[in-house]
Amino acid sequence: MTASPLLRVRDLRVGFGRQPAANEVLKGVSFELAAGETLAVVGESGSGKSVMALSVNRLVDFGGGRITGGGIELCRRDGSILDVTGATEHDLRHVRGRDIGMIFQEPMTSLNPVHTIGRQIEEAFRLNRGITGGAARAAAREVLERVRIPDAKTRLDYFPHQLSGGMRQRVMIAMALASSPRLLIADEPTTALDVTVQAQIMALLAELRAETGMAMIFITHDIGLVAGIADRILVMQAGLAVEQGETTRLLDHPEHDYTRHLLKAVPHFSAGQATRKDGKRDGAALPIVKVEGLVVRFPVGTGLFRPKGAVHAVDGVGFDLLPGETLAIVGESGSGKSTIARAILGLIEKTRGRVTAGAGHTRRPIQMVFQDPFASLNPRLDVESLLAEPAVANRQRRDAGVRDRMRLLLDRVGLPQDALSRYPHQFSGGQRQRLCIARALMLNPDVVVLDEAVSALDVSVQARVLELLIDLQREFGLAYLFISHDMAVVERISHRVAVMYAGEIVEIGDAAAVLSSPQHSYTRRLIAAVPSVDRRHRHFAVDATQVPSLVRPAGYEPAAARWREAGNDHRVRLEADA
Amino acid sequence: MRFLQALFRHPSGRIGASIIAIYLGVALLGALGLTPHNALKQFPIDRLKPPSLLYLMGTDLLGRDTLSRLMLGIGQSLVVAFGSVAIATVAGTVIGLLAAWWGSLWDGVLMRLMDVLLAFPAILLALLIIAIVGPGPFTSVTAIAIVYTPIFARVVRGPALSLKRREFVDAARTFGSSQAYILTRHLLLNLIAPLTVQVTLALAWALLTEAGLSFLGLGTQPPAPSLGLMLSESRNLMQHAPWLMLFPGLAIMLGILGFNLTGDALRDILDPRMQGRPA
Amino acid sequence: MNYVAQRLLTFPLILLGVSVLVFVSIRLIPGDAITAMLGTEAGLLTSEQRAVLARYFGIDQPIWSQYLTWFGGLFQGDLGISVTFGRPVLSVILDHFPLTLELALLSMLIALSAGVPLGVLAATRNERTSDLVVRVLAMLGQSTPSFVLGLLIIYFLSVVFGVVPTMGTFTPLTVDPLASLGQLVFPAITLGFAFAASVTRISRSAMLDVLGDDYIRTARSKGASARSVVWTHALPNALIPVVTLSGVEFGYLLGGAVIVEQIFALPGLGRLVLNAITQRDYALVQGSVLFVAFNFLVVNLLVDLIYVALDPRIRLGKR
Repeated sequence: MTASPLLRVRDLRVGFGRQPAANEVLKGVSFELAAGETLAVVGESGSGKSVMALSVNRLVDFGGGRITGGGIELCRRDGSILDVTGATEHDLRHVRGRDIGMIFQEPMTSLNPVHTIGRQIEEAFRLNRGITGGAARAAAREVLERVRIPDAKTRLDYFPHQLSGGMRQRVMIAMALASSPRLLIADEPTTALDVTVQAQIMALLAELRAETGMAMIFITHDIGLVAGIADRILVMQAGLAVEQGETTRLLDHPEHDYTRHLLKAVPHFSAGQATRKDGKRDGAALPIVKVEGLVVRFPVGTGLFRPKGAVHAVDGVGFDLLPGETLAIVGESGSGKSTIARAILGLIEKTRGRVTAGAGHTRRPIQMVFQDPFASLNPRLDVESLLAEPAVANRQRRDAGVRDRMRLLLDRVGLPQDALSRYPHQFSGGQRQRLCIARALMLNPDVVVLDEAVSALDVSVQARVLELLIDLQREFGLAYLFISHDMAVVERISHRVAVMYAGEIVEIGDAAAVLSSPQHSYTRRLIAAVPSVDRRHRHFAVDATQVPSLVRPAGYEPAAARWREAGNDHRVRLEADA
Repeated sequence: MRFLQALFRHPSGRIGASIIAIYLGVALLGALGLTPHNALKQFPIDRLKPPSLLYLMGTDLLGRDTLSRLMLGIGQSLVVAFGSVAIATVAGTVIGLLAAWWGSLWDGVLMRLMDVLLAFPAILLALLIIAIVGPGPFTSVTAIAIVYTPIFARVVRGPALSLKRREFVDAARTFGSSQAYILTRHLLLNLIAPLTVQVTLALAWALLTEAGLSFLGLGTQPPAPSLGLMLSESRNLMQHAPWLMLFPGLAIMLGILGFNLTGDALRDILDPRMQGRPA
Repeated sequence: MNYVAQRLLTFPLILLGVSVLVFVSIRLIPGDAITAMLGTEAGLLTSEQRAVLARYFGIDQPIWSQYLTWFGGLFQGDLGISVTFGRPVLSVILDHFPLTLELALLSMLIALSAGVPLGVLAATRNERTSDLVVRVLAMLGQSTPSFVLGLLIIYFLSVVFGVVPTMGTFTPLTVDPLASLGQLVFPAITLGFAFAASVTRISRSAMLDVLGDDYIRTARSKGASARSVVWTHALPNALIPVVTLSGVEFGYLLGGAVIVEQIFALPGLGRLVLNAITQRDYALVQGSVLFVAFNFLVVNLLVDLIYVALDPRIRLGKR
């Protein structure tokens, strides 16, 4: 291998706006990347990691960014060195695609909706290899097969919206591969995907890297995710590279405080070793919420006279929740976990089944906290009106008693008293979620349903909100129904776990038991897919299992579920072929 | 106040709002009778005088002062525009909001009714109404209001539907908030921004339509002064007295421009994407 | 397919609503239906003549039965008799419609061929001088009423250049295409000017939105040229709102034709309606309004189909 690295970035500075030098988002980042090497860039939102990625091929120019200092040198295919910071747009066009391929975070929006995926991939071949017509089509098909898209030939004529998120990300990868780049920049490529799909994409990337020998820059907020794939890790905070080093060294002996903080804050999934030891189930207590045979279906393909079928979003779900305990419902998108929450709160109609709330101490014993703290607070109301709403809705006056409760709850969730006169946009995401929690507690409920309540938060914020939730649970004797896709978070907060798959609970029981010895094949798959620093040496296996369709013909009824006891408080649904 | 400051900081908002303010002032002076001359009185000796110090904008065929007539005409136009848009805003908002909130059947029925109204090109619908009721300023108000109601209903229904699905509305329902509370505090309050923009643009369009109907002789009836009518009367005289065409034409254009510019500025100022979101 | 089916299903429903509205509106005219139909001449009738006429026109029947008879007549092209022309309304309309249609289509052509390129140009040169010039022009264009612009054009043509535009007559396209188009050029510019301004503004803002989309970044990351990014990746997406606007705007053009035909003294459908109103020829008013609304609906349906063809997300369901 030659002495000069593939990419050398020196003291790179990038700014935005009319005075880029005064508004720097990147404040001097340096690193080198050898051919075939994988560098992971890790940081929280606002750390500048994506700007860094977009600067390497100067796509940042189109987002209003300017390189204000430093240099980027790229060793091109013919061995010449290109100064990217000073290159003309004409030169850059040949770098993009040919030398540097890129995949992005949002597979849903990164493909052009009006062109077929075949056409978009063929374009990449035409631009970078001069292949056109039938040859381009054959090449497109071949590369689709390489990213393991089944039935590639017909898929070429699909439009992006006809494919799932994971499929689209594969198409993006195929497009980047079309030019056989020597460097692939992957900007949070799996963040928007489900965990099992994420595992599939990671396995695919690892395999392709081995096949092609390309170098990779992998941008992520999840340090656990890259542990298995990166040769080196670069940690970014507020536009600076605070630490970089060889993966094992950095993970095992972090030197910078922020790296240590990140490693500590990231919820590590440890297969049932880190579950809560407090508040074990008391068999004598009466359930505060009992759900029996819950079925929720949405009609689809409305024909002229009657629906052609239905989405079986939730099918025959039952569980109970005791006072003071946390039941986590885990599952991937489309598994029906949020539908359960909404059905319990009466936000959507049940098709069948019963939800009974035990004798609580208020008229509305069940309250809810939603996923998106930006969407769940009316932007036009001040905090006082927001917090008063539950009281007003239940015919209480906005009097001293209500105000006292507001102040008490603000204090408990860690917000200042003067927050009352402010508006939601004046708070950060974490603070907003604290507001939502305070609001949910205004009516002194017995049960709080937390629907992906910490998923939208940065890892360090997430950790603190989780601690807050546990404290509040103890103080107010709350029961939580904790809905999440994140196994590591679930492990920390729950006493019991229910695993949802395709609208049904497939496994339910004591958290430690379910997470440490999963019985159902889906639970095993889900747990195996969780990225983890500790298990970084395990190889990702390529697994292309697709989630089954939930659309059933009208009148379809699933077979009654049969269950097996796998231990004390641990039940598993029998699988069809078992 | 903060809102007006923001409007005046915006380049086109500054121009637009100034024009509107001037027009309102001029209309007020006209309404108070503070015109340089009597707008209705004919001075046959001073027929078709070009602009001079005495008659700043000249006189018409009957010797009436153009400036004075212009001032009254602006007032007339503004009254019709504000009146019709006010009616359309209220009616359209109520229809759009209820259609979105009740959903399914009500939504279908209400919006199909709106579609029926929208199936007529605006001026033609106005003409149909005028054919029935007969011309006059009240007819213009009614006609423009009926034409604009379905547009407001559509403008409100779209955002109302998406607001209805927002999580804060779900949250309100979990507390048991009343429908009236949700409709007013969560939906209507958030609709004020898009409505303000639409109202301003509707005012520009109402001004245009009022002048157009008067131009066709189907709006304000003579001898009452009106911009469209003045323009129409100038047609046969344009070779001899171009000022008769120029000033009313400019007055109409500037008025429309004022509302259009303000509407544009408001769209920028009130755009949720522009408002600070700590990310 | 769902979307298209829905449009096709609501189309006759709205048409029905339109017919009811037009039918009822004519009944709302003060005075009885015979006056409405015959205009001022009705005052000369004796009461026996009135009764005979009432039976002849079916006005002695209940209103819903009158409506059904009238509605049934529509399918045979029977829109009643024009009092002023003494001929069937439909034939009068068809005499005057070609001019209006040609005028509307020509102005649409002018507006689109000027507006889309200008909008794209402004968007790609965002915040630069050429963008600013286009934006100011578009704002002025949108604020210029057709009757002001029309008068200005006539003023400049006749007073300044001494050219008198042909007025009062019309050469059909089929007789002499060049003369016909030549005659309509200025009216079409007058009519299409404001529309061109809105097309410019919509294309510009749609283009700006689309250029910020993720898939544009993807195209650039593949190494696509600036030209290809704008024309093959961005424009098809940006055209979607322009197409929607064009459908709505076609109605305004048909309506706006009333004013432009009046200014340029063109014997089109708009002027016909206007004269019918002043002469109280209610059958003709009713027929013309219905006719225009029908055409507007058909055009909007066509626009919807184009829209669907442009956007595979709608074409293939799943919104």
